Amino acid sequence: MTQPLLRVEKANTYIEQFHILQNINFEVQKGELTLLLGRNGAGKTTTLRTIMGLNPATSGHVFIKGEDITSTPTYKIAKKGIGYVPEDQGIFYELTVGENMRVAMMHEDDATKERLEWSLELFPDLKKFWKKPGGQLSGGQKQMLSIARAFVNETDLLLIDEPSKGLAPVVVEKVIEAVEKIKDHTTVVLVEQNFYMANRLGDRFYILDDGLSVHDGYMKELNENEELKRKYLGIG
Amino acid sequence: MELFINLAINGIAMGMLIFLIASGLTLIFGLMSVLNFAHGGLFAWGAYSGVFFYVLLDNFWLGLLGAIVTGLLLGWLTELLIVRPVYGNHIRQILITLGFMLVLTEMLKVVFGPNIINAPTPEMFQGSWMIGDITIIKYRAFIIAVGLILFIVMYSVLKYSKIGLIVRAGVMNKDMIQALGVNIKLVFVLVFMVGSALAALGGALFAPSSGAIYAEMGLEFGIFAFIVVIIGGMGSIPGSLLAALLVGLANTFTAYYMPILSMVVTMIIMLIVLIFRPQGLFNISGVSNK
Repeated sequence: MTQPLLRVEKANTYIEQFHILQNINFEVQKGELTLLLGRNGAGKTTTLRTIMGLNPATSGHVFIKGEDITSTPTYKIAKKGIGYVPEDQGIFYELTVGENMRVAMMHEDDATKERLEWSLELFPDLKKFWKKPGGQLSGGQKQMLSIARAFVNETDLLLIDEPSKGLAPVVVEKVIEAVEKIKDHTTVVLVEQNFYMANRLGDRFYILDDGLSVHDGYMKELNENEELKRKYLGIG
Repeated sequence: MELFINLAINGIAMGMLIFLIASGLTLIFGLMSVLNFAHGGLFAWGAYSGVFFYVLLDNFWLGLLGAIVTGLLLGWLTELLIVRPVYGNHIRQILITLGFMLVLTEMLKVVFGPNIINAPTPEMFQGSWMIGDITIIKYRAFIIAVGLILFIVMYSVLKYSKIGLIVRAGVMNKDMIQALGVNIKLVFVLVFMVGSALAALGGALFAPSSGAIYAEMGLEFGIFAFIVVIIGGMGSIPGSLLAALLVGLANTFTAYYMPILSMVVTMIIMLIVLIFRPQGLFNISGVSNK
């Protein structure tokens, strides 16, 4: 097997006195969409924040393309081509849609402008509400803005945290279609509790439970394992 | 009518001076949520270094430049040594910056001596223009012009430039802006330095206007600047300008018509604003250390 794009090795992360991630291990291969599944409080969001350096691991390692980024500042991790869509979408509420996009653009070259155009074709609402403050968008539009913003730079790996959260089914369908198109261009790690969405998009999965990675495999295996789904995901 | 116009011009000039002090503070206090009680000290250092370089080099503009450089350097040191360890903790910010304010004040006495220092008005700005019965003091007109230019520059930079967007976004969500590849710590250092340089420039411009400077002036004007930032709305440049003009005009008019009120008029304005608009005249939300 080739060197993974992302490797998390025995990572331990604390938030204040709480030991959230406990020796977590997982790998992400280039070109795949890897799901992080698990119940609330399993450590999925913290895993993404640890990769981004927002809650750095106190022990263990995070490697991107073989480079150890465990102690790298967040802004440098982002510059290595890691896009991040947080659970709360991270929209700058007082900035317009256009300003939210502009502030995210690390360069204003032709390639970035092309990606911007592509994003606006993917999410036409963003073009329509270009001058509207981010805080006045609907939940779905905020999610689209957050994804487009993370993807506007050259992105090798996109981390998306629960994009379906709080969205109406029809909007979830739009987000699924968008992520399907995005995964043709980049590697994605997706945290998701909506199993329908996870099943539509995922190639591989990791199940987290109490800060541990307890199972992993291909989505087909998970679909066939009712016991696993019932035990860790509450489905079935 | 002529008296009213003369008082109004004086009030606007005073307001512009206050704006120069408060504009730096609204960046530091309003945008970065740092309670920097040493800000007045930077104002005093600006006044002293401005006069020092002006007299030394016999050039008013180099005096202003010297004050700006002093402000940038002191701002950098203040952020690095005093403020950085206490980001996000207001109580500690108050204690350490108040202490540093005293250090800055005493250092002025050590470096420049304990006595009041005369601050000359540059020759080109001495005297006044007469338009009918209206007297326009040249140096005050200069201060008004500088204040307006700085307002337009600061407002435009924050509103339209990429760095302005980054600063505003960084205040709204510090984690997210870093996840977009921005070194927000560096941006905040730059904001702190610029805010300090504005205070120093305010001090350097204030010196010829008052004619004399003294080490404790920073303590007085620092509190004044905080009041203006609170009235204007934290982080708002237009709010600071409006509040500073309001305070400047109120002080000038009450000093003439009701001198007994002039000492408390600033407090009265702040009280009224806090009762009816606790967020200040203008406000940008999301002022936090998130």
